[in-house]
Amino acid sequence: MGYENVTQSLTKVIEMKKITKKFGDFVANDSVNLDVFKGKVHALLGENGAGKSTLMNILYGLYSPTSGEILINGKKVDITNPNIAIEHGIGMVHQHFMLIKPFTVAQNIILGQEPTSKMSVLNMKKALKDVKEISERYGLYVDPNAKIEDISVGMQQRVEILKALYRGAEILILDEPTAVLTPQEIVELIQIIKNLTKEGKSIILISHKLKEITAAADFCLIIRRGKHIDTVVVSETNEEGLASKMVGREVSFSVAKDDKESGDEIFSIKDLIVKDNRDIIAVDKLNLSVKKGEILGLAGIDGNGQTELLEAITGLRKVESGEIKINGENITNNTPFQVISKKISHIPEDRQKRGLVMDFDISENTILENYYKYPFAKRGVLQYDNIRIYAKELIDKFDVRPKEESKMARTLSGGNQQKVIIAREVTNNPDLLIAAQPTRGLDVGAIEFVHKALIEQRDNDKAVFLISFELDEIMNVSDRIAVIYEGKIVGIVDAKDAEVEKLGLMMAGGGNE
Amino acid sequence: MKLTFKDLRKKIYIFATEKTIGFTLISIFLGLVVGAIFLAAAGFNPFQAYGIILRGIFSKPSYISYTIVRATPLILTGLSVAFAFKTGLFNIGAEGQFIIGSVVATATGYFLHLPLLIHIPVVIISAVFAAGIWGGIAGYFKAKFGVHEVISTIMLNWIALYFQNFLIYTEGFQKPGGETSYSIQPTANMMILKTWKQSEAGREWLLQHPFWKDLLRTPLNWGFLIAVLMAILVWFILNKTALGYRLRAVGFNKFAAEYGGINVNKNMIISMFIAGGLAGLAGALQVVGVSHKVTLIAAMEGYGFDGIAVALIANSSAMGCILAGLLFGALKYGGAKIQPFMQAPSEVISIVIGSIVFFISIPKLIKVILSRKNKKGGSK
Repeated sequence: MGYENVTQSLTKVIEMKKITKKFGDFVANDSVNLDVFKGKVHALLGENGAGKSTLMNILYGLYSPTSGEILINGKKVDITNPNIAIEHGIGMVHQHFMLIKPFTVAQNIILGQEPTSKMSVLNMKKALKDVKEISERYGLYVDPNAKIEDISVGMQQRVEILKALYRGAEILILDEPTAVLTPQEIVELIQIIKNLTKEGKSIILISHKLKEITAAADFCLIIRRGKHIDTVVVSETNEEGLASKMVGREVSFSVAKDDKESGDEIFSIKDLIVKDNRDIIAVDKLNLSVKKGEILGLAGIDGNGQTELLEAITGLRKVESGEIKINGENITNNTPFQVISKKISHIPEDRQKRGLVMDFDISENTILENYYKYPFAKRGVLQYDNIRIYAKELIDKFDVRPKEESKMARTLSGGNQQKVIIAREVTNNPDLLIAAQPTRGLDVGAIEFVHKALIEQRDNDKAVFLISFELDEIMNVSDRIAVIYEGKIVGIVDAKDAEVEKLGLMMAGGGNE
Repeated sequence: MKLTFKDLRKKIYIFATEKTIGFTLISIFLGLVVGAIFLAAAGFNPFQAYGIILRGIFSKPSYISYTIVRATPLILTGLSVAFAFKTGLFNIGAEGQFIIGSVVATATGYFLHLPLLIHIPVVIISAVFAAGIWGGIAGYFKAKFGVHEVISTIMLNWIALYFQNFLIYTEGFQKPGGETSYSIQPTANMMILKTWKQSEAGREWLLQHPFWKDLLRTPLNWGFLIAVLMAILVWFILNKTALGYRLRAVGFNKFAAEYGGINVNKNMIISMFIAGGLAGLAGALQVVGVSHKVTLIAAMEGYGFDGIAVALIANSSAMGCILAGLLFGALKYGGAKIQPFMQAPSEVISIVIGSIVFFISIPKLIKVILSRKNKKGGSK
């Protein structure tokens, strides 16, 4: 049918025409066109740093375009700040929520447009009624009296959406809405999106997750390095087609991996008990082992003790009881320094908090664990020439972009930040590599790269321990899969025999043991 | 012609918004403008006042040397605060560390009897060490009990102040009949050419060389040189050594530092020790070079607090602290002269300094001011 034919009979609510945005010499958006239609979901697909957020920030009035024009309902508008965007019925749900945690749901929703009775007294009764009304109308069920700090991330996102609807939004921009959600919450969100479009709302969905785009969107604009690549009808394409347009080459989803005989057990955990920040037992008598030349995947829903387990292994959290051993040596309650010296490397869950010093440049970040060793330091004095050479090698080998070792880590895209961490950790040549959520927030191309790096470690007869909330990733990459539920391993299966339904059941606590 | 003028404005805008030095210089300029407004409002000619200040700093060799003497402790307390800043800590305690440094320097300078070349180093090293411990206490409290360093250093400032006053009233240390301590031994005195200046031959030579006579009239001492060397040393440690790497990593992101195997708590204590030592050095140099004793103090003297302003103006750069300290010393010394010469309140200088810090803390304000000018230029 083609995009032109399908959209002919639809009403355009937004037209962004030939939008160009330059930051100095850098062109973030290069003549990008976007049309949004009433009652339809328009996805915005692109790699990290492709210019999706820039385009949306222009629409929301946070940036002004260098050239190009915006039409809303056929009329040319000049959106110079977010208030004007809101007046035109545009609402935005940011990736990081902007909610006041000690306030209730209803208080957050009405904030800034509080209904008042005479003498400017807050009319909470009306507020609650209004909130209830819109929440029922769109199937966005929330408890208006619950405090934000007590509700789940998925619920908080609903509050953000309600906030925009309360302000009369007709067009909703959802910025990477699923990045923080569990699989179940994602299913619910897609249902919510469907309810909204049924009521005539238009949605712009920013994402680099192909699955969600094919599940929720009608049309999809693909941008690559700021350039308008194509606009497609989602029902006429598939994930592979979208992916190759996004990265500009063919992408394989299945991970190429040869069979490999695993070796001796190198890492083991026995009866481990670890408490979380609230002093509640998070890891409960956990047993686990990893062999040389294998990737052990840990599947589980977020919050079942994965973070605490990781921190306990790497020395960042105290172990209450139990034993952790590598190469036969007990490393229970060792300091991070000792753990690293026992040849354990760790790709941390939160790359910006743990993995990188954002105000160090790339070269300084590549020596985070080895800065005091020769050739990086001689008698306590850093040898910047050697550090730079080393960083350049890593940048080349792991294809970090831009290829400048003096760039601050802060200025890199998420995928390249992750590459720097992986380069550093893999080059430390560990016996055990722990990879926690190594592809979170990365685009298809970068994910492929990370998976290859992990498999290469395994092929070099090293042990890899992969923790991920993405079941697909666990099933594709691992040799064996352990499932964690409420701090315990509830089952271990060979990846070849693994079935999604069975794993899903175990992850939800319905184990087979 | 019109175009070039516009270009110039654009250049100033870029200079001020994209270069740290440009931004600092514009802030200083705006600070002086604010001071001028206050002077004018009080009925004084600001040009005359700034003229007096400039002449008061540069017109005689002795003025320049007084400025340098004034700047020396400020450079060091500035370095102390800047060093802590770079490692993620806010050292409000330079004031107390300065006091501890000067008390210990006076005590070791008075009680010990040592040969000339040994006495001064012993005095300085023991003062630096004591003040380092004083700073290190705050670091230890933070590492061990999570007490914020701002709170603990403020408390330690008061403890230091009353400790000094307590000592001054102690027999054996108090000079009879005064609210001051005994003066340090001559062997601990670091004034340049002190004995020669008072000798027969020296006095005769100085009579024939008025430039040198005027210059050496002042308590000019080796302290400034030491302060400059310290700035270089601090720069080297922070940027070129493994220790500096560790400290900066902890300062920028302690979670990543911890993950990388760096002992965060230990490095916080080390950082506060070094910061304390630098402020203590300021106190010690003040004693061996200028005051030679400590006196009863009713309130904080402000060397440490001025150090915070110096560090802010210097954008926490070690080399910047030398320049910011000199600027500060010059304004304080030269600024005091508008009072006797034109009866203008010398407090204006504090307004100027406050405004500079104010403008530096709000980079966006300058951007707004300059960009408005730019727009006007464009519409003409």
